[in-house]
Parts: sequence; structure tokens; C-alpha cells
Amino acid sequence: MDFEKKIMTVSNITKQFGDGCEKCKEEKSVLVKNYCPYCQTIYACRNISFDLYEGEILGIVGESGSGKSTFVRCLYFDQETTSGSAFLPSYENGEVNILSVSSQKKRYLKDYLMGMVYQNPFLGLKMSFSAMSNVAEKLIAAGNRNVGEIKGISNDLLDIVNIEKFRRNDVPADFSGGMQQRVQIAKALSNNPPILFLDEVTTGLDLSVQANVLDLIKKIQRDLKISMIIVSHDLGVIKMLADRTLVMLNGEIIESGLTDQILEDPQEAYTQQLVHSLL
Amino acid sequence: MTSNYNFGFFDEVSKREIRRKTLKAISIPGYQVPFASREMPIARGWGTGGLQLTLSLINKNDIFKAIDQGTDESVNAVNIKKLVKKTTGVKETIDTKEATIIQSRHRIPEEKLEKGQILVLQVPMPEPLRYVESSEQKTKMLHADGEYSGAWLVLFEKIIKFGRMTGGAAHPVMVKKRYVMSPSPIPKYDNPKLDNNEALILLGAGREKKIYAVPPYTKVESLAFEDYPFEIEDTKGKTCRLCGAKDVFFDEIEDELTGKVFYQCNDTSNCLKNINEKESA
Repeated sequence: MDFEKKIMTVSNITKQFGDGCEKCKEEKSVLVKNYCPYCQTIYACRNISFDLYEGEILGIVGESGSGKSTFVRCLYFDQETTSGSAFLPSYENGEVNILSVSSQKKRYLKDYLMGMVYQNPFLGLKMSFSAMSNVAEKLIAAGNRNVGEIKGISNDLLDIVNIEKFRRNDVPADFSGGMQQRVQIAKALSNNPPILFLDEVTTGLDLSVQANVLDLIKKIQRDLKISMIIVSHDLGVIKMLADRTLVMLNGEIIESGLTDQILEDPQEAYTQQLVHSLL
Repeated sequence: MTSNYNFGFFDEVSKREIRRKTLKAISIPGYQVPFASREMPIARGWGTGGLQLTLSLINKNDIFKAIDQGTDESVNAVNIKKLVKKTTGVKETIDTKEATIIQSRHRIPEEKLEKGQILVLQVPMPEPLRYVESSEQKTKMLHADGEYSGAWLVLFEKIIKFGRMTGGAAHPVMVKKRYVMSPSPIPKYDNPKLDNNEALILLGAGREKKIYAVPPYTKVESLAFEDYPFEIEDTKGKTCRLCGAKDVFFDEIEDELTGKVFYQCNDTSNCLKNINEKESA
């Protein structure tokens, strides 16, 4: 596999809630964590830049409120970014900033080039439609109008994530949390997207289900060669899955590198504390 | 006319508002135009959208027909006719060919509509995406983006559950390859009549405060899948027990004592016409 091929380039993504004031616009040291006490602006993500390579899993780790989820939601267009750019070589030869295209084009990108698995399955699934239809939705959105074909692909994906045949016409509202998460993964994979975002996929699942889901993600990466960005506060998950890791704190990347390196030899005080707490 | 109401019940300003929004609806086929829905002397959900369209458009020379599920003489049709008659004094008819404005609850008449006629349909639920998205703000965005996978998803769900596109009425249509529209709950049998119709078709939802339209000669396609094409109700082997008509939309009537099933024209004025033609022949 060619690990040198860039599949996404992200530069200087900033997301703030509030306009900022004279005090916090220039001098960020006035902030309390990521919050300006003078104008109540929250800087959720600050100048985040990195490259994502083909077939790699990039982990983003950080404490609660550090801006990890906001960041992937910005990349999946669930939230507007304040500034910054992202380029996909597979879209318009990588010349167009995908964060500033029209909402129709953003839908195209979501339907053809990206997949997302949310922490909360209620965000990613239609709970009153069957598991099969949920997987089908993305295929229909991408223009497939052949029921036989859609059913075939959906069944194959639901096989991969181990949803039993007799439950596929049931609604996810009646499923366990782990099953819902697996349906979400099948849905995210339905268009064979080159990029997959996973936001705290295993949080809240019991350990045996967690292990299943993690195995599944690893298998998908190996077999389908999909690049992934995995957001987690759980270093165990990052350790098992991620090739490279970014450590976020207060909306900024404070440390990045190979996962092993970060776990074995953390440089920043926060990372050291984080790694220490794992042991 | 002896009543104290303004012609057509509404004041002229109200009529102008409704007409203006109707014009906008005609200009953007299939797009739901929000309008300032008026209070009516009948309850919302009983045809107030249709009535507002009718009363804003009607003039002294119009000939008015009202249908309720195919019949000219059932409660909703009779009451609407009474109100229109009392406040305008226009001529009424049951003859589809003679009428210039036809207000209908959930049917398009069997007889072919012609250039110059206006068909007003009463709509309870104008939003075809409401089953998949409960937020109005979000459905508006979906329409703007032309993102209609939700409408197909509803049909897909029916196919995987029941093996076919079930649901007898309000099968969604694509208007002029742009907007997906709920054709008011007309039976599937009437869907093909929307396509390239010579008459102007207006749809009004009073409670939901929306007007939309299919202008004459507009392409209207019923949503379907490649391997599950759109199908209308099967009329094969059925004939009307009163007039002997075939290939029309039927009411099914069961004799409770014998269990025998009869079929009868749903469109009563067309049925009556057939019978009169037979007897005079």
C-alpha cells in the first residue's frame, strides 16, 4: 500500500463560537482554557492542520471539551467552520476548498466521498426506518434507483458488521447500543467512501462489544483500505487502532506523531499526564 | 346575491395576497409557497386551502363544481358549494366539461380536463418529506438542495417490508425534474393525469399555509425504482355495476350478507353521464 499518497489536506481550521473581542483576538493568553472571560467567545478549534494519507488511521485524542468532535463535525459539514481550508485530491484535483463550496456540493461530498459514525447513533440513523433502509439511504442519495442492487449491497455490508439476517427489517430503535453502532458503520461504508470519520464509536459500549467494534474497524481498514480519522478520549482505542495520533487540548493540537512514539515518549506535560493515567 | 359578505367572502386585500402567492406557485412548479392562510367559516383540515384558492380566483362568469372523494353530493362538497354559492352567486354544475373551476377533495375527475379549466385540490399534508424529517426548516433546505433520498427511502422501506410500493394515495411525484411534490392524497390511479395536463392544477393547504401548483403542460413523474416501476390500481375485469364503465377508478362495495363484492364508479358525475348516454341511445 502506498502510504505516501495524500488523501486529504487540512490547514488552519478554526471554529469559534462568538465574535471575539479586542483582548482575545490577538493575545490568546487571556483565554481560560479555550474561553475568553471578557467576551464569552469559545475557541473550539484553533489552527488545526494536518495531512491524511491513504489507508491510514489517524487518531485524535484529548480530554472532554478539547474540540475533537467539533473538529470532525466541521470536516463533515455538520458545522460551519470560522476559517481554514480542506482539500481532497480526489475532488476537483484538490484545487477547491471543500469547506467553502455550496451546500449541494457538500451533500455530494458527503454522499460520495465521506462517511461518518457518530458517538450518538440517533444522529447517524433514522430510528424509525429499518436497518436495511438506513444503509440504503446513502446509496439512494448517491443516485442508485435499483432496489435489487441496493438490497444486495446493504446485505453484504450488514454481513460484514454481523447484523443477523432476521433482524435487518427491524428498526434500530429496537436494537442494542452495540448493534446500532454496527448499523451506523455499515451505513457509513455503503458508498465505499475513501474517508471515514469515527467519533467516539466505542464510548458507552460494554467491553466485549467494544472489542467487536474495534476488530471490525481494523478489519475494514485492512480489507477496504479506507482512510479514517478516529476521535476518542480513550487512549486504549487509539493505541489499538491509530497509526498516527494528534493530541488536542483546549482546541489546539499540542503534540502529534506516530502513536507508539507518543505513548512511549510523550513530550508535553498534558500528554504525559494522559499516558500516565492509562497505565 | 343577498348576503352581506364581500364577493367571494374575502376582502380584496386578502384575495390579492392569495392570488400573488398563487402566481408565485405557478411560476415555480411544485414548489410550496407559504401564504397568509385566512380564518374560514369552516374548520382547518376541511378544505380551507382549496376554498381560499377558489374564492380568490372565482369571478361572476365562472361555473363551479365541487367534488368530495369523487362525488358531487357528499357532505364536504355540498357545504363548500353552499358557501361559494352564498358568497358569489355563481352558477353551479356537476358536469366536469362545463365547469371552469373545479374544487376537489382527493380526486382528479375521470373526464379529461381541458385548456382554460382550473382544478383546485385540497391538501391536508403538503410536505412529501415530512415522514423522514419533522423540522420544517430542514425540509426547506432539503428541497433547496434537491435532496430527495428521503422520499425514495419511504418507498424503499415499503418494498422491503411488503414486496411492493404500498400506499394507495399521495404517491410522491417529481415536478419538472426539480421539486418532489405530494399530489394531495389522490389515488395512484390519478397520478398519471397530472402529467402534461391541459388544465391548471392548484393545490392549497390551509392548515399548513402552503400553496403549490402544476401549470398546464408540465412534466410530472411518479417516483419509482428501476426494478419496481410505478403502478396504478388494477382495474382489470372490474366493471361499474351502475353504468358498466371499465378502466375507471372504482369504489369497492361488499354486501355484508352474501359477501359479494361490487364495483361502482367513484366519479359520480361521470357515471351519471354514462347512464344518460346509454338510455338516450
